[in-house]
Amino acid sequence: MPAPLDTAERFAAYAHPERLVSTAWLAEHLGEPGLVVVESDEDVLLYETGHIPGAVKVDWHVDLNHPVTRDYVDGEAFAALMGSRGISRDTTIVVYGDKNNWWAAYALWVFSLFGHEDVRLLDGGRAAWEAEGREYTTEAPTPAPADYPVVERDDSVLRAYRDDVLAFLGGQLVDVRSPEEYTGARTTAPAYPEEGALRAGHIPGAQSVPWARAVAEDGRFKPRAELEAVYQGEKGFSPEAATIAYCRIGERSSHTWFVLHHLLGFDDVKNYDGSWTEWGSAVRVPIVTGAEPGAVPAR
Amino acid sequence: MTEHLMTSAPGAGDAPSPGEGLPPALAEIVEEFDAVPERDRLQLLLEFSRSLPALPERYAAHPELLEPVPECQSPVFLVTEVADAADDPERTVHLHFSAPPEAPTTRGFASILREGLDGLPAQTIVDLPDDVCSRLGLDQVVSRLRMRGMLGMLGRIKRQVGESLAA
Repeated sequence: MPAPLDTAERFAAYAHPERLVSTAWLAEHLGEPGLVVVESDEDVLLYETGHIPGAVKVDWHVDLNHPVTRDYVDGEAFAALMGSRGISRDTTIVVYGDKNNWWAAYALWVFSLFGHEDVRLLDGGRAAWEAEGREYTTEAPTPAPADYPVVERDDSVLRAYRDDVLAFLGGQLVDVRSPEEYTGARTTAPAYPEEGALRAGHIPGAQSVPWARAVAEDGRFKPRAELEAVYQGEKGFSPEAATIAYCRIGERSSHTWFVLHHLLGFDDVKNYDGSWTEWGSAVRVPIVTGAEPGAVPAR
Repeated sequence: MTEHLMTSAPGAGDAPSPGEGLPPALAEIVEEFDAVPERDRLQLLLEFSRSLPALPERYAAHPELLEPVPECQSPVFLVTEVADAADDPERTVHLHFSAPPEAPTTRGFASILREGLDGLPAQTIVDLPDDVCSRLGLDQVVSRLRMRGMLGMLGRIKRQVGESLAA
């Protein structure tokens, strides 16, 4: 049975308020049967320094990425992962993490590729929980293993591959990286490691909306009207048109995918997880430099 | 620091010791990691992250003296001090790091390097083998991508110390 929804008023205007919970809601429902809290961070040790009581850890790199191929784990590995964390197919999952929920949103997106139905984000993530002085523990939970069915991942709805993006040029593309990466001044986010893109710039026609423009100062999502002003107003995106988001390796664009799909109700949003580390190294794909989206090459 | 010291099992066959060819303090750390199962290595790294000393006042007040390490995903800075040849023919090296508490992995890497390398002669640091970081056996539990941060720190330490020797 799914956990009750957070009916907080500030979520009500979003297209899918059932995808968010507040820190207060989570504190109230912690430990209830049918609810599992998952922490997913950029730093692989942060969970060990203290986490929300009862929360289990899922690491984007060690647990969700395929150990050899550049891909996500398969249905069997996913079932084993979820089962070991005490998660069943009908469990309500609340994900939270560091860095404004980048990796939490990424985990939520991967869970969604496997069709896990009830997966929600803790608005504000670790930062909000901490700012309110809420409880952390270093005690590792020992969840009773659950039976999670082997479900084949469906990449067709939420995930875009490079060839999909090539065929999509001219469509609603959103580049959520920093302005320096978009213009081609650099291939990685400021203060981030080099991850192997050979060329700098952006995909032709992509609009630049750095992911953080969706986040308020306290780390929570901005209200719907403010989000609309950015994506629909300033960039002229239409919620009815298909949209693809990308960044460097697909984590920041998972955050924007969540905003467009779940908060603004864009029907068809895909995350191109190959993102710049693939596009910026692929042979003969078109690239534009500079601050403008640029012309889309004729096909 | 000896509180998480563990002795490795004696007579464990003919496999070469992972600490072989390393300076004693670093060899001890590498063997400590080798002696525990993979899962527990994360916990050990966490212990190291907690023991990273704060920056001395002379650097805390002057962050511009430290070198950033962009290979790490977190804001980490380091500085090396190499003794003058006139005072100390061995040119003893001291290391200082700054990394925020919300980046425990990075702090752990810094703490290992500090404990393993601080107080060594400069030439010993320059001559360190390049596979030091992978000998910790953290590739699977931390991921190779993240281990690049530690490689970045070590590379900068070796470069700074090498520059001091050449100056």
